[in-house]
Amino acid sequence: MTLKTLLKASSAIVLLSAIAANAQATHPATGEALAEVQTFTYRVLDEHSSVDPQVVEDVTGAEVVRDLFEGLMNQDATGELVPGVATGFDVSEDGLTYTFTLRDNARWSNGDPVLASDFVYAWKRAVDPALASEYAWFMELMSIENAAAIIAGEMDKDALGVTAPDDSAFVVTLSQPLPYFAQMTTHSTTFPVHPATVEAHGDTWTRPENIVSNGAYVLREHVPQERLVRVRNEMYWDNENTIIDEVTSLVINDVNQGLTRYLAGELDRTEVPPGQFQRLSAEYPDQAISIPRLCSYYYNFNLSEGGPEALQDVRVRQAMNLAVNRDVIVNNVLGAGQTAAYNFTPVRTAGFTLPDLPIADMTQEDRNAMAVALITEAGYGIGGEPLSIELLYNTDEAHRNIAVALGQMWQQTLGIQTTLANQEWQTFLQTRGNQNFEMARGAWCGDYNEASTFLDLVTTNSGYNDAKYSNAEVDQLMAEAKTAADPQPNYTRVEQIIAEEVPIIPIYHYADGYMFNPELKGWPVDNVEQNWYSRELYKVAGE
Amino acid sequence: MFNFVLKRLAIAVPTILILIVLSFMLMFAAPGGPFNSERPLPPQVLANLEARYGLDQPYWKQMYDYVVNMVTRFDFGPSFQYRDRTVTDVIMQGFPVTLTYGFWSFVVAVIVGVSLGVVAAIKHNTWLDYLAVGISVGAQVLPNFVMAPILVLVFTLWLGWLPGGGWQGGQWQYLILPVIALSTSYMASIARITRSSMLEVLNAGFIRTARAKGLPTWRIILGHALKPAMLPVLSYLGPAFVLMITGSVVIDVYFSTGGIGQFFVNSAFSRDYAVIMGITILVGVLTIVFNLLVDVLYAWIDPKIRY
Repeated sequence: MTLKTLLKASSAIVLLSAIAANAQATHPATGEALAEVQTFTYRVLDEHSSVDPQVVEDVTGAEVVRDLFEGLMNQDATGELVPGVATGFDVSEDGLTYTFTLRDNARWSNGDPVLASDFVYAWKRAVDPALASEYAWFMELMSIENAAAIIAGEMDKDALGVTAPDDSAFVVTLSQPLPYFAQMTTHSTTFPVHPATVEAHGDTWTRPENIVSNGAYVLREHVPQERLVRVRNEMYWDNENTIIDEVTSLVINDVNQGLTRYLAGELDRTEVPPGQFQRLSAEYPDQAISIPRLCSYYYNFNLSEGGPEALQDVRVRQAMNLAVNRDVIVNNVLGAGQTAAYNFTPVRTAGFTLPDLPIADMTQEDRNAMAVALITEAGYGIGGEPLSIELLYNTDEAHRNIAVALGQMWQQTLGIQTTLANQEWQTFLQTRGNQNFEMARGAWCGDYNEASTFLDLVTTNSGYNDAKYSNAEVDQLMAEAKTAADPQPNYTRVEQIIAEEVPIIPIYHYADGYMFNPELKGWPVDNVEQNWYSRELYKVAGE
Repeated sequence: MFNFVLKRLAIAVPTILILIVLSFMLMFAAPGGPFNSERPLPPQVLANLEARYGLDQPYWKQMYDYVVNMVTRFDFGPSFQYRDRTVTDVIMQGFPVTLTYGFWSFVVAVIVGVSLGVVAAIKHNTWLDYLAVGISVGAQVLPNFVMAPILVLVFTLWLGWLPGGGWQGGQWQYLILPVIALSTSYMASIARITRSSMLEVLNAGFIRTARAKGLPTWRIILGHALKPAMLPVLSYLGPAFVLMITGSVVIDVYFSTGGIGQFFVNSAFSRDYAVIMGITILVGVLTIVFNLLVDVLYAWIDPKIRY
C-alpha cells in the first residue's frame, strides 16, 4: 500500500466511522436517541481508600475499581452472574475445583493480553502478609485452599489453591464446597492486576501515570479529596458497547451541598439528605429514586457477663423487641423507602425466603399488649422494678433520631427509661467491641448476596457478634449451612431462634434515596448490592 | 534585633519537640487505631499491618524514629490510610490549595476590613459609620458554615454564575466563593479593631497638632494616624494569617477544594497518625514563624518597642 492509498483509506475510515457515529446515536438495545455528550458525574461522600483491587476496602473505592478492572465474573442489572474476563466456569463434582475459561480478547490498557497467571498473581497478592491487605479475610471466606494458613504466616503464599495450567484456564481449589463461590468472584478483591506494573512501581502503581488496568475505563486524573476522572479504555474487549465516555466522581462531604450542586446541574447523581426524600420525590418524581440495599439496622443487647442483669431475661428483650413500632421509624423518622425489619436477613437476599415470624403479622396494638404482659411478668417497667438503659450509637443525626424514637416507644409502652450516649466512630467501635455498653447500635451490609453473610454474625465466634450471643444450635446450623445443598431450612431456623431469643432487635432494612439526572439511563436499581458498572450506563438526548 | 530573632528561633526547636511529644501522647491516648474498622481484622492481618508501619514498636521508639526521619531525611512517613501516598505527598497536594485561597482571603479581609474600619472611625457617628459597623457585625454573626451554603445557593443554583465547588487547579471561578466565605468573619474583626484603634489615635495629641498645623485630612490619616492605629490589628493578623493558610475545614468541606483542613480532620477521625503529625508540625512551624514575623514588624512600626 502506498502512502497515498493509505491516506485515502484512512480518510475513508474516518468518514465512515463519522457516519457510523451519527447513525449510531441510538442505544443498540433499546433504540433510544443518545445524548451527544456522554459523561457521568456523581458525588461521593469521601475520598476512596484506594483503587488497588487487593487493597480497596470501601464502597466508593470498589465502585471505581469495578470501572477500572474486570474480574472473572460480573453482575447484571439484577445481580445475576454474567461473564466478565471469564466466559464461564466448570465445577468439579465434589464442588471443590472451579475452572474458569478466560476470553482470548481481554486486554490490559497497555495492550498486553489478560492471562490466567495475572489472576494467580493477584489472588496470591491478596493473601500475602507482606501486602497486609485489610480484605485478606475475604479470600479466607472464599474457602480457597490454604488461604487461612498463608494469612496467618504459616505457609508461603505460593501454596494458595490457585493455578494457571495455560493462559486461558484459571483453576481454583477450595478447602470445602461453597455454593456461592462463583458469586464472590464479582468482588473487587478478586480482580486481576498487571504484575509487571505492580512490581515496577510498588505502592504507587495505582497513580494515573503508572496504572495499567483491564476494565472498561482507565484512570485519567486523581486529585485527592477533590476529584477522580476515568475515561474509556480503548483496549477493553467490549469497548464498542460502552457508551459513557468519561466518568467523574467529586468528593463533596456535605450532602446538602451535593444536592444544591445537583440541582444546579453539576452532578448526575447525588444522595438525598436525611429527611428530605418525601419532599424531593413530590417535587421531582422522575429524579428521586429509592434503592433497596442489602443492609440491616439493628440494636445489640449486651449479653456478656458485664451486661445489665435485666437484659439477661429473655422476656425483657422480647418485650423491647415487640414495643418497637417499626412503621413509625421507617415512615416518619426515615421516609426514604426503608422497610420495617422483624428479622435480620434482608428479604431481597438471593435465595432467601422470609420465614414466618409471628411478630411480623401482628398489629402494633397486639405487639404492645404482649410486650406489656412480658415485661410485667419479668417484674420490670411500669409497676415493677424501674429499668434504665443506655443506648450507644456513633455520632450522627440519623442515628440519634432513631435512638430518640426507640427511647420514647420503650418509655411509653414499657416504662423503661433510656439515656442516649454517642461516641465518635473509632471510640464507638472500641467501646462496643469491648462490651462496654448496655445496648448499642449495629448495622450490617452483606459482603456477598447470600444469607450467611448476615446470619454468621450471631454465631459464637463471629468477630462482629457484639451482643456476645452464644447458642450452640445456631453455631451448628450455620456450620452445616456452609456446605448444604439447600441451606434455607437452616436459615429459617436461625431466624426463628433470633426472633425467640432476641439477642438483637432488627429495626429496618436499608434503602438509599438518590437524585438521578432523568437523562441518565441504565442504572441497576434492582441490583441489591448496588454493584453498578459505568459501561452499562448511557444518557439519552433531552427532548 | 538579630540576637532577638536568633533567640526566638532557638526556642522554636524545643517548642516543636514538645508539640510532637504532646501530639503523640494524645494520639496514642485516643481509642482505636488506623486499622480499626467495623469488621475486626484477623489478628495476623492486623499484626502484618502494624509491622508494616512500625506500629508494633514501643511508643518512645516510634516517636524517636519519627523525629530522626524527619530531621535527617525530611521524611514524614507514609499515610496509613492511603497507601499510594506519603505524608509529604498529602501536604504537597493540599497545602498549596489552602495557601492560595487563604492568601487571597487574607488580602481581601485586610483591604476591606481596614478600609471599613478607617471610614467608620473618620465618619464617627454618621450613617457611614453605622453602615460600616452594620456590615462588620453582619459578617461576624454569619459564620462561614452558614455563608458557604448560602453562597452556593445564590451564585450557583439561582444565578448560575459560579461553580458550586471543586478546585480545578485553582482557576479564578473556583476561588471566588471560598474566598468570600473565608474572609468575611476575619474582615469583620479587622474592621472592628481598626475602627476602635483608629478612634483612639484620632483623639491623640499628635493628631490634634497635625490638624492645628493645617494638614489635609487624608495626609493626617495616611501619614500619621494609620501606622499607630495598625498595631492592635497587626497582633491580630499574625495568628489570623496562619489560621487562614493552614486550612479551614469548613471551606474544604463545603467547596470540595481539597485543601489541607479536610485532610487534617479526616486523619484525626481515621487515626492516620503520620498525617496528623505532619500537619500538626506544619501548623506549629507556621505559627512560630508568623508570630516572630509580627513581633519584628511591631518593632518596625512602633519606635517604643526595642528588642
